[in-house]
Amino acid sequence: MANYPDNLQYTKDHEWLRVTGATAEVGITDFAQSALGDVVYVELPVVGDSFDQGKAFGSVESVKSVSELFSPISGEVVAINEALADSPELVNTDPYKGGWMIKLTVENAGQIDALLSASEYEDFVATQSE
Amino acid sequence: MAENPLKQTALNAAHRRLGGKMVSYGGWDMPVTYAGTIDEHMAVRTAAGLFDVSHMGEVEVHGPQALQLVQHLTTNDASKLHIGQAHYSGLLYPNGGFVDDLLVHKLSDEHYLLCINASNTDKDFAWIRQHATGFDAEAVNTSPNYTQLALQGPQALTMLQPLVDVELSTIKYYWFTHGKVAGVPALIARTGYTGEDGFELYFDPNKSERVWNKLLEAGQSYGIQPCGLAARNTLRLEAKMALYGNDIDDTTTPLEADLAWIVKLQKGDFIGRDVLVKQKEAGLTRKLIGFEMLDRGIAREHYPIWIGDAQVSQVSSGSPAPFLKKNIGLAYLPLEHTAVGTRFDVEIRGKRTTAQVVETPFYKRAK
Repeated sequence: MANYPDNLQYTKDHEWLRVTGATAEVGITDFAQSALGDVVYVELPVVGDSFDQGKAFGSVESVKSVSELFSPISGEVVAINEALADSPELVNTDPYKGGWMIKLTVENAGQIDALLSASEYEDFVATQSE
Repeated sequence: MAENPLKQTALNAAHRRLGGKMVSYGGWDMPVTYAGTIDEHMAVRTAAGLFDVSHMGEVEVHGPQALQLVQHLTTNDASKLHIGQAHYSGLLYPNGGFVDDLLVHKLSDEHYLLCINASNTDKDFAWIRQHATGFDAEAVNTSPNYTQLALQGPQALTMLQPLVDVELSTIKYYWFTHGKVAGVPALIARTGYTGEDGFELYFDPNKSERVWNKLLEAGQSYGIQPCGLAARNTLRLEAKMALYGNDIDDTTTPLEADLAWIVKLQKGDFIGRDVLVKQKEAGLTRKLIGFEMLDRGIAREHYPIWIGDAQVSQVSSGSPAPFLKKNIGLAYLPLEHTAVGTRFDVEIRGKRTTAQVVETPFYKRAK
Protein backbone atom coordinates (compact mmCIF):
# COMPACT_ATOMS: atom_id res chain seq x y z
CA MET A 1 0.00 0.00 0.00
CA ALA A 2 1.21 3.47 -0.81
CA ASN A 3 2.12 5.61 2.15
CA TYR A 4 0.94 9.24 2.68
CA PRO A 5 2.10 10.78 5.98
CA ASP A 6 -0.56 12.84 7.77
CA ASN A 7 1.76 15.72 8.59
CA LEU A 8 2.34 16.68 4.93
CA GLN A 9 0.35 18.62 2.35
CA TYR A 10 -0.11 17.28 -1.19
CA THR A 11 -0.76 18.51 -4.73
CA LYS A 12 -2.66 16.94 -7.60
CA ASP A 13 0.68 16.89 -9.44
CA HIS A 14 1.90 14.39 -6.78
CA GLU A 15 4.29 16.63 -4.85
CA TRP A 16 4.31 16.81 -1.07
CA LEU A 17 5.11 19.80 1.14
CA ARG A 18 6.51 19.70 4.69
CA VAL A 19 6.15 23.08 6.40
CA THR A 20 8.59 23.91 9.20
CA GLY A 21 8.08 27.52 10.30
CA ALA A 22 9.04 29.92 7.53
CA THR A 23 10.31 27.30 5.10
CA ALA A 24 8.96 24.12 3.53
CA GLU A 25 10.51 21.03 1.93
CA VAL A 26 9.19 19.64 -1.35
CA GLY A 27 9.38 16.13 -2.80
CA ILE A 28 7.26 13.67 -4.75
CA THR A 29 4.85 11.18 -3.25
CA ASP A 30 5.15 7.46 -2.81
CA PHE A 31 2.49 7.07 -5.51
CA ALA A 32 4.52 9.22 -7.92
CA GLN A 33 7.83 7.44 -7.34
CA SER A 34 6.15 4.08 -7.75
CA ALA A 35 4.49 5.14 -11.00
CA LEU A 36 7.78 6.49 -12.36
CA GLY A 37 9.87 3.43 -11.52
CA ASP A 38 13.65 3.56 -11.06
CA VAL A 39 14.63 7.24 -10.75
CA VAL A 40 17.98 7.88 -12.44
CA TYR A 41 18.27 11.68 -12.53
CA VAL A 42 16.73 14.66 -10.74
CA GLU A 43 17.18 18.07 -12.29
CA LEU A 44 16.93 20.74 -9.60
CA PRO A 45 17.10 24.57 -9.59
CA VAL A 46 19.84 26.49 -7.81
CA VAL A 47 19.56 28.20 -4.46
CA GLY A 48 18.21 31.69 -4.98
CA ASP A 49 15.80 30.82 -7.78
CA SER A 50 12.18 31.79 -7.14
CA PHE A 51 9.07 30.02 -8.35
CA ASP A 52 5.43 30.91 -8.39
CA GLN A 53 2.97 28.32 -7.20
CA GLY A 54 2.35 25.71 -9.87
CA LYS A 55 5.47 26.56 -11.91
CA ALA A 56 7.95 23.89 -12.95
CA PHE A 57 11.10 23.95 -10.78
CA GLY A 58 12.81 20.86 -12.17
CA SER A 59 12.26 17.36 -13.43
CA VAL A 60 12.63 13.80 -12.34
CA GLU A 61 13.72 11.14 -14.80
CA SER A 62 13.20 7.41 -14.49
CA VAL A 63 14.54 4.82 -16.90
CA LYS A 64 11.25 4.94 -18.75
CA SER A 65 10.05 8.53 -18.57
CA VAL A 66 10.47 12.10 -17.43
CA SER A 67 8.11 14.19 -15.28
CA GLU A 68 8.20 17.86 -14.47
CA LEU A 69 8.19 18.96 -10.87
CA PHE A 70 5.77 21.75 -9.93
CA SER A 71 6.17 24.06 -7.00
CA PRO A 72 3.32 23.53 -4.48
CA ILE A 73 3.70 27.11 -3.22
CA SER A 74 5.38 30.35 -4.26
CA GLY A 75 8.81 30.91 -2.75
CA GLU A 76 12.54 31.21 -3.05
CA VAL A 77 14.79 28.16 -3.05
CA VAL A 78 16.92 28.21 0.11
CA ALA A 79 18.34 24.68 -0.19
CA ILE A 80 18.48 21.78 -2.61
CA ASN A 81 19.09 18.13 -1.81
CA GLU A 82 22.67 17.67 -3.06
CA ALA A 83 22.54 13.95 -2.26
CA LEU A 84 20.24 13.33 -5.21
CA ALA A 85 23.04 14.08 -7.67
CA ASP A 86 24.82 10.86 -6.69
CA SER A 87 21.89 8.92 -5.28
CA PRO A 88 18.74 9.73 -7.26
CA GLU A 89 17.32 6.38 -6.13
CA LEU A 90 16.59 8.00 -2.74
CA VAL A 91 13.44 9.31 -4.41
CA ASN A 92 12.31 5.68 -4.74
CA THR A 93 13.58 4.28 -1.48
CA ASP A 94 12.82 7.18 0.85
CA PRO A 95 10.46 9.61 -0.91
CA TYR A 96 9.48 11.61 2.20
CA LYS A 97 12.89 12.00 3.86
CA GLY A 98 16.12 11.23 2.00
CA GLY A 99 14.34 11.91 -1.31
CA TRP A 100 13.34 15.52 -0.55
CA MET A 101 14.21 17.88 -3.41
CA ILE A 102 14.12 21.57 -2.51
CA LYS A 103 13.42 23.82 0.46
CA LEU A 104 11.42 26.99 -0.22
CA THR A 105 10.56 30.11 1.75
CA VAL A 106 6.86 30.34 2.57
CA GLU A 107 5.55 33.57 1.09
CA ASN A 108 1.83 33.04 1.33
CA ALA A 109 0.49 30.76 4.06
CA GLY A 110 -2.92 30.78 2.37
CA GLN A 111 -1.47 28.67 -0.45
CA ILE A 112 -0.63 25.92 2.03
CA ASP A 113 -4.17 25.75 3.36
CA ALA A 114 -5.47 25.15 -0.14
CA LEU A 115 -3.31 22.03 -0.66
CA LEU A 116 -4.67 18.52 -0.12
CA SER A 117 -4.49 16.68 3.17
CA ALA A 118 -3.21 13.09 3.25
CA SER A 119 -6.71 11.64 3.15
CA GLU A 120 -7.84 14.03 0.38
CA TYR A 121 -4.75 13.10 -1.65
CA GLU A 122 -5.35 9.40 -1.09
CA ASP A 123 -8.92 9.81 -2.40
CA PHE A 124 -7.57 11.75 -5.40
CA VAL A 125 -5.04 9.01 -6.20
CA ALA A 126 -7.81 6.42 -6.04
CA THR A 127 -9.55 8.25 -8.90
CA GLN A 128 -6.30 8.23 -10.93
CA SER A 129 -5.69 4.49 -10.88
CA GLU A 130 -7.92 1.61 -11.90
CA MET B 1 -16.55 6.01 -29.95
CA ALA B 2 -15.95 2.93 -27.82
CA GLU B 3 -12.33 2.07 -27.29
CA ASN B 4 -11.19 -1.42 -28.11
CA PRO B 5 -10.45 -3.37 -24.96
CA LEU B 6 -6.80 -4.22 -24.53
CA LYS B 7 -5.78 -7.69 -25.58
CA GLN B 8 -4.34 -9.97 -22.94
CA THR B 9 -1.78 -12.72 -23.24
CA ALA B 10 -2.45 -16.08 -21.60
CA LEU B 11 -0.11 -14.96 -18.80
CA ASN B 12 -1.99 -11.81 -17.82
CA ALA B 13 -3.08 -13.19 -14.44
CA ALA B 14 0.44 -14.52 -13.78
CA HIS B 15 1.90 -11.08 -14.41
CA ARG B 16 -0.51 -9.47 -11.98
CA ARG B 17 0.21 -12.11 -9.33
CA LEU B 18 3.92 -11.31 -9.67
CA GLY B 19 3.20 -7.62 -9.10
CA GLY B 20 3.72 -6.60 -12.72
CA LYS B 21 2.85 -2.97 -13.45
CA MET B 22 0.56 -3.25 -16.42
CA VAL B 23 0.50 -0.75 -19.28
CA SER B 24 -1.12 -0.46 -22.66
CA TYR B 25 1.34 -1.39 -25.42
CA GLY B 26 0.41 -1.86 -29.07
CA GLY B 27 -3.15 -2.72 -28.08
CA TRP B 28 -2.03 -5.19 -25.39
CA ASP B 29 -2.14 -5.09 -21.61
CA MET B 30 1.51 -5.88 -20.80
CA PRO B 31 3.84 -5.70 -17.80
CA VAL B 32 6.22 -2.73 -18.09
CA THR B 33 8.16 -3.90 -15.03
CA TYR B 34 7.81 -6.08 -11.97
CA ALA B 35 10.22 -5.16 -9.14
CA GLY B 36 12.27 -2.59 -11.09
CA THR B 37 13.62 -2.01 -14.56
CA ILE B 38 17.28 -1.65 -13.61
CA ASP B 39 17.31 -4.94 -11.67
CA GLU B 40 15.58 -6.69 -14.57
CA HIS B 41 18.02 -5.26 -17.09
CA MET B 42 21.01 -6.33 -14.98
CA ALA B 43 19.56 -9.81 -14.47
CA VAL B 44 19.55 -10.33 -18.24
CA ARG B 45 23.13 -9.07 -18.60
CA THR B 46 24.51 -11.10 -15.69
CA ALA B 47 22.15 -14.06 -15.11
CA ALA B 48 18.82 -14.59 -16.86
CA GLY B 49 15.54 -12.83 -17.55
CA LEU B 50 12.20 -14.16 -18.70
CA PHE B 51 9.91 -12.10 -20.93
CA ASP B 52 6.35 -12.82 -22.03
CA VAL B 53 6.43 -11.72 -25.66
CA SER B 54 3.19 -13.43 -26.67
CA HIS B 55 1.93 -10.10 -27.98
CA MET B 56 4.26 -10.56 -30.95
CA GLY B 57 2.45 -11.76 -34.07
CA GLU B 58 3.00 -14.94 -36.05
CA VAL B 59 2.17 -15.47 -39.69
CA GLU B 60 2.76 -18.84 -41.32
CA VAL B 61 3.32 -19.07 -45.04
CA HIS B 62 2.97 -22.45 -46.65
CA GLY B 63 2.53 -24.00 -50.06
CA PRO B 64 4.66 -24.98 -53.05
CA GLN B 65 5.63 -21.32 -53.63
CA ALA B 66 6.08 -20.33 -50.00
CA LEU B 67 9.74 -19.45 -50.60
CA GLN B 68 8.91 -17.36 -53.67
CA LEU B 69 6.32 -15.42 -51.68
CA VAL B 70 8.69 -14.82 -48.76
CA GLN B 71 11.39 -13.71 -51.23
CA HIS B 72 8.93 -11.32 -52.93
CA LEU B 73 7.90 -9.80 -49.59
CA THR B 74 11.18 -9.53 -47.69
CA THR B 75 14.64 -8.02 -48.14
CA ASN B 76 16.91 -10.79 -46.84
CA ASP B 77 17.62 -13.89 -48.94
CA ALA B 78 15.40 -16.65 -47.58
CA SER B 79 16.73 -19.10 -50.18
CA LYS B 80 19.90 -19.24 -48.07
CA LEU B 81 18.01 -20.50 -45.01
CA HIS B 82 18.27 -24.16 -44.09
CA ILE B 83 15.40 -25.97 -42.44
CA GLY B 84 15.74 -25.07 -38.76
CA GLN B 85 17.36 -21.70 -39.42
CA ALA B 86 16.04 -18.17 -38.92
CA HIS B 87 17.08 -14.70 -39.96
CA TYR B 88 16.18 -11.06 -39.41
CA SER B 89 14.60 -9.32 -42.38
CA GLY B 90 12.54 -6.40 -43.59
CA LEU B 91 9.04 -6.22 -45.02
CA LEU B 92 8.97 -3.13 -47.25
CA TYR B 93 6.55 -0.89 -49.09
CA PRO B 94 7.34 -0.10 -52.73
CA ASN B 95 8.89 3.20 -51.51
CA GLY B 96 11.52 1.24 -49.59
CA GLY B 97 10.06 2.15 -46.18
CA PHE B 98 9.33 -0.53 -43.61
CA VAL B 99 5.95 -2.20 -43.27
CA ASP B 100 7.69 -4.01 -40.41
CA ASP B 101 10.84 -5.82 -39.39
CA LEU B 102 10.57 -9.52 -38.69
CA LEU B 103 12.18 -12.89 -38.06
CA VAL B 104 11.79 -15.52 -40.78
CA HIS B 105 12.03 -19.15 -39.62
CA LYS B 106 12.27 -21.95 -42.20
CA LEU B 107 10.15 -24.84 -40.90
CA SER B 108 10.31 -26.85 -44.14
CA ASP B 109 10.84 -26.23 -47.86
CA GLU B 110 7.21 -25.17 -48.14
CA HIS B 111 6.56 -23.70 -44.69
CA TYR B 112 7.88 -20.51 -43.07
CA LEU B 113 7.05 -18.92 -39.74
CA LEU B 114 7.26 -15.12 -39.66
CA CYS B 115 7.46 -13.42 -36.27
CA ILE B 116 6.25 -9.81 -36.47
CA ASN B 117 5.60 -6.84 -34.20
CA ALA B 118 2.50 -6.87 -32.00
CA SER B 119 1.13 -3.50 -33.07
CA ASN B 120 1.73 -4.30 -36.75
CA THR B 121 0.16 -7.76 -36.84
CA ASP B 122 -3.10 -6.85 -38.55
CA LYS B 123 -1.40 -4.45 -40.99
CA ASP B 124 1.32 -6.96 -41.86
CA PHE B 125 -1.11 -9.81 -42.31
CA ALA B 126 -3.31 -7.76 -44.65
CA TRP B 127 -0.20 -6.70 -46.59
CA ILE B 128 1.09 -10.25 -46.88
CA ARG B 129 -2.31 -11.58 -47.95
CA GLN B 130 -2.68 -8.83 -50.55
CA HIS B 131 0.67 -9.69 -52.10
CA ALA B 132 0.17 -13.45 -51.94
CA THR B 133 -2.17 -13.42 -54.92
CA GLY B 134 -0.51 -15.07 -57.89
CA PHE B 135 1.63 -17.29 -55.67
CA ASP B 136 0.79 -20.90 -54.99
CA ALA B 137 1.10 -20.24 -51.29
CA GLU B 138 -1.14 -19.31 -48.41
CA ALA B 139 -0.55 -16.99 -45.45
CA VAL B 140 -2.31 -17.65 -42.16
CA ASN B 141 -2.31 -15.45 -39.08
CA THR B 142 -1.47 -18.02 -36.42
CA SER B 143 -0.79 -15.51 -33.64
CA PRO B 144 -3.46 -16.95 -31.32
CA ASN B 145 -1.82 -20.39 -31.55
CA TYR B 146 1.34 -19.32 -29.75
CA THR B 147 2.56 -18.19 -26.44
CA GLN B 148 6.03 -16.80 -26.97
CA LEU B 149 8.52 -16.53 -24.15
CA ALA B 150 12.01 -15.08 -24.37
CA LEU B 151 14.56 -16.46 -21.92
CA GLN B 152 17.68 -14.32 -22.20
CA GLY B 153 21.01 -14.06 -20.43
CA PRO B 154 24.34 -15.81 -19.88
CA GLN B 155 22.68 -18.46 -17.65
CA ALA B 156 19.79 -19.14 -20.04
CA LEU B 157 21.24 -22.29 -21.55
CA THR B 158 22.38 -23.81 -18.26
CA MET B 159 19.09 -23.23 -16.48
CA LEU B 160 16.92 -24.29 -19.40
CA GLN B 161 18.81 -27.50 -20.22
CA PRO B 162 17.31 -29.69 -17.45
CA LEU B 163 13.79 -28.70 -18.56
CA VAL B 164 14.15 -29.72 -22.20
CA ASP B 165 14.65 -32.97 -24.10
CA VAL B 166 17.10 -31.56 -26.65
CA GLU B 167 20.79 -30.69 -26.37
CA LEU B 168 20.66 -26.89 -26.35
CA SER B 169 24.36 -26.40 -27.02
CA THR B 170 23.90 -27.99 -30.46
CA ILE B 171 21.49 -25.21 -31.49
CA LYS B 172 23.56 -22.52 -33.15
CA TYR B 173 22.75 -18.81 -32.90
CA TYR B 174 19.73 -18.04 -35.09
CA TRP B 175 18.80 -21.70 -35.47
CA PHE B 176 15.88 -23.52 -33.86
CA THR B 177 14.61 -27.00 -33.14
CA HIS B 178 11.48 -28.75 -31.94
CA GLY B 179 11.47 -30.23 -28.48
CA LYS B 180 9.64 -30.31 -25.19
CA VAL B 181 9.96 -27.63 -22.53
CA ALA B 182 8.67 -28.84 -19.15
CA GLY B 183 6.89 -31.58 -21.11
CA VAL B 184 5.22 -29.12 -23.49
CA PRO B 185 5.98 -29.39 -27.24
CA ALA B 186 7.69 -26.19 -28.34
CA LEU B 187 9.70 -24.54 -31.04
CA ILE B 188 12.98 -23.63 -29.34
CA ALA B 189 14.88 -20.88 -31.16
CA ARG B 190 18.26 -19.51 -30.16
CA THR B 191 17.25 -15.93 -30.91
CA GLY B 192 16.41 -12.83 -28.93
CA TYR B 193 16.22 -9.07 -28.68
CA THR B 194 18.58 -8.25 -25.83
CA GLY B 195 22.13 -8.75 -27.10
CA GLU B 196 22.52 -11.84 -24.89
CA ASP B 197 22.54 -15.53 -25.61
CA GLY B 198 19.12 -17.01 -25.03
CA PHE B 199 16.08 -18.73 -26.40
CA GLU B 200 12.68 -17.82 -27.73
CA LEU B 201 10.06 -20.51 -27.08
CA TYR B 202 6.83 -20.87 -29.05
CA PHE B 203 4.13 -23.21 -27.71
CA ASP B 204 0.45 -23.82 -27.00
CA PRO B 205 -1.07 -20.90 -25.00
CA ASN B 206 -3.02 -23.38 -22.88
CA LYS B 207 0.28 -24.47 -21.35
CA SER B 208 1.50 -20.93 -20.69
CA GLU B 209 1.43 -20.85 -16.92
CA ARG B 210 2.97 -24.29 -16.59
CA VAL B 211 6.00 -23.38 -18.69
CA TRP B 212 6.32 -19.85 -17.26
CA ASN B 213 6.27 -21.14 -13.68
CA LYS B 214 8.69 -23.99 -14.40
CA LEU B 215 11.15 -21.58 -15.99
CA LEU B 216 11.01 -19.15 -13.07
CA GLU B 217 11.37 -22.03 -10.62
CA ALA B 218 14.30 -23.59 -12.48
CA GLY B 219 15.99 -20.21 -12.82
CA GLN B 220 15.63 -19.20 -9.20
CA SER B 221 19.05 -20.42 -8.12
CA TYR B 222 20.57 -18.70 -11.18
CA GLY B 223 19.10 -15.31 -10.34
CA ILE B 224 16.35 -15.25 -12.96
CA GLN B 225 13.91 -12.36 -12.95
CA PRO B 226 10.66 -11.89 -14.83
CA CYS B 227 11.22 -8.85 -17.05
CA GLY B 228 8.90 -6.24 -18.44
CA LEU B 229 8.76 -4.08 -21.55
CA ALA B 230 10.91 -1.31 -20.06
CA ALA B 231 13.90 -3.63 -19.60
CA ARG B 232 13.28 -5.12 -23.03
CA ASN B 233 13.63 -1.61 -24.45
CA THR B 234 16.80 -0.64 -22.59
CA LEU B 235 18.41 -4.00 -23.42
CA ARG B 236 17.60 -3.80 -27.11
CA LEU B 237 18.82 -0.21 -27.25
CA GLU B 238 22.20 -1.12 -25.68
CA ALA B 239 22.45 -3.85 -28.32
CA LYS B 240 21.35 -1.32 -30.99
CA MET B 241 18.40 -3.31 -32.22
CA ALA B 242 15.86 -1.23 -34.08
CA LEU B 243 12.40 -0.61 -32.64
CA TYR B 244 9.61 -0.29 -35.17
CA GLY B 245 7.78 3.01 -34.77
CA ASN B 246 10.89 4.66 -33.28
CA ASP B 247 13.99 3.79 -35.28
CA ILE B 248 12.36 2.37 -38.37
CA ASP B 249 8.99 2.99 -40.00
CA ASP B 250 7.37 3.55 -43.38
CA THR B 251 9.53 6.65 -44.00
CA THR B 252 12.90 4.98 -43.43
CA THR B 253 14.65 2.39 -45.57
CA PRO B 254 16.89 -0.43 -44.29
CA LEU B 255 19.91 1.25 -45.89
CA GLU B 256 19.26 4.46 -43.97
CA ALA B 257 18.62 2.41 -40.82
CA ASP B 258 22.15 0.94 -41.04
CA LEU B 259 20.61 -2.44 -41.87
CA ALA B 260 22.26 -3.00 -45.25
CA TRP B 261 23.14 -6.51 -44.03
CA ILE B 262 19.48 -7.57 -44.33
CA VAL B 263 19.22 -6.22 -47.89
CA LYS B 264 20.23 -8.80 -50.51
CA LEU B 265 19.82 -6.99 -53.83
CA GLN B 266 21.42 -9.86 -55.77
CA LYS B 267 18.68 -12.32 -54.78
CA GLY B 268 16.27 -10.95 -57.40
CA ASP B 269 13.19 -8.78 -57.25
CA PHE B 270 11.31 -7.94 -54.05
CA ILE B 271 8.96 -5.18 -53.01
CA GLY B 272 10.94 -1.98 -52.47
CA ARG B 273 14.06 -3.22 -54.25
CA ASP B 274 14.02 -0.57 -57.01
CA VAL B 275 14.13 2.25 -54.49
CA LEU B 276 16.98 0.62 -52.58
CA VAL B 277 18.98 0.13 -55.78
CA LYS B 278 18.55 3.82 -56.63
CA GLN B 279 19.36 4.87 -53.07
CA LYS B 280 22.53 2.83 -53.14
CA GLU B 281 23.58 4.31 -56.48
CA ALA B 282 22.82 7.88 -55.49
CA GLY B 283 24.30 7.47 -52.01
CA LEU B 284 22.51 7.97 -48.72
CA THR B 285 21.71 11.44 -47.43
CA ARG B 286 21.15 10.32 -43.83
CA LYS B 287 21.88 7.37 -41.62
CA LEU B 288 20.88 6.02 -38.23
CA ILE B 289 23.69 6.49 -35.73
CA GLY B 290 24.21 5.69 -32.07
CA PHE B 291 25.12 8.48 -29.67
CA GLU B 292 26.15 9.02 -26.10
CA MET B 293 25.32 12.10 -24.05
CA LEU B 294 28.41 14.05 -23.02
CA ASP B 295 26.46 16.51 -20.87
CA ARG B 296 24.11 15.44 -18.10
CA GLY B 297 20.60 14.73 -19.21
CA ILE B 298 18.69 11.96 -20.89
CA ALA B 299 17.75 12.19 -24.55
CA ARG B 300 14.29 10.81 -25.24
CA GLU B 301 12.43 10.06 -28.44
CA HIS B 302 11.37 13.12 -30.46
CA TYR B 303 13.80 15.49 -28.70
CA PRO B 304 15.15 17.91 -31.36
CA ILE B 305 18.68 17.46 -32.71
CA TRP B 306 20.69 20.51 -33.67
CA ILE B 307 23.85 20.88 -35.67
CA GLY B 308 24.94 24.50 -35.47
CA ASP B 309 21.87 26.65 -36.08
CA ALA B 310 19.89 23.99 -37.89
CA GLN B 311 17.52 21.48 -36.39
CA VAL B 312 18.40 18.45 -38.50
CA SER B 313 16.28 15.69 -36.98
CA GLN B 314 15.10 14.25 -33.71
CA VAL B 315 16.03 11.44 -31.37
CA SER B 316 14.45 8.16 -32.48
CA SER B 317 15.23 6.21 -29.28
CA GLY B 318 16.92 7.44 -26.14
CA SER B 319 17.30 6.18 -22.62
CA PRO B 320 19.65 5.58 -19.75
CA ALA B 321 21.69 2.42 -20.40
CA PRO B 322 21.64 0.60 -17.06
CA PHE B 323 24.52 -1.79 -17.77
CA LEU B 324 26.77 0.79 -19.44
CA LYS B 325 25.78 3.51 -16.98
CA LYS B 326 25.59 6.09 -19.75
CA ASN B 327 22.77 7.94 -21.44
CA ILE B 328 22.51 6.74 -25.01
CA GLY B 329 20.30 7.02 -28.04
CA LEU B 330 19.73 6.56 -31.74
CA ALA B 331 19.01 9.21 -34.34
CA TYR B 332 19.11 9.84 -38.07
CA LEU B 333 21.79 12.38 -38.95
CA PRO B 334 22.80 13.91 -42.30
CA LEU B 335 25.45 11.57 -43.72
CA GLU B 336 28.28 14.09 -43.41
CA HIS B 337 27.74 14.18 -39.63
CA THR B 338 27.69 10.44 -38.98
CA ALA B 339 31.39 9.77 -38.33
CA VAL B 340 32.23 8.41 -34.88
CA GLY B 341 33.30 11.30 -32.67
CA THR B 342 31.07 13.90 -34.35
CA ARG B 343 29.40 16.15 -31.80
CA PHE B 344 25.91 17.57 -31.99
CA ASP B 345 23.25 18.96 -29.66
CA VAL B 346 20.15 17.35 -28.26
CA GLU B 347 17.55 19.82 -27.02
CA ILE B 348 16.32 18.67 -23.63
CA ARG B 349 13.36 20.73 -22.41
CA GLY B 350 14.58 23.86 -24.16
CA LYS B 351 18.27 23.42 -23.26
CA ARG B 352 20.88 22.33 -25.76
CA THR B 353 23.13 19.57 -24.46
CA THR B 354 26.09 17.93 -26.19
CA ALA B 355 26.05 14.40 -27.56
CA GLN B 356 28.60 12.47 -29.59
CA VAL B 357 28.33 9.82 -32.29
CA VAL B 358 29.78 6.53 -30.97
CA GLU B 359 30.45 3.03 -32.28
CA THR B 360 27.51 0.65 -32.16
CA PRO B 361 26.31 -1.64 -30.80
CA PHE B 362 26.79 0.21 -27.53
CA TYR B 363 26.98 -3.17 -25.81
CA LYS B 364 28.34 -6.38 -27.25
CA ARG B 365 28.54 -9.53 -25.17
CA ALA B 366 31.84 -11.36 -24.84
CA LYS B 367 31.74 -14.50 -26.98
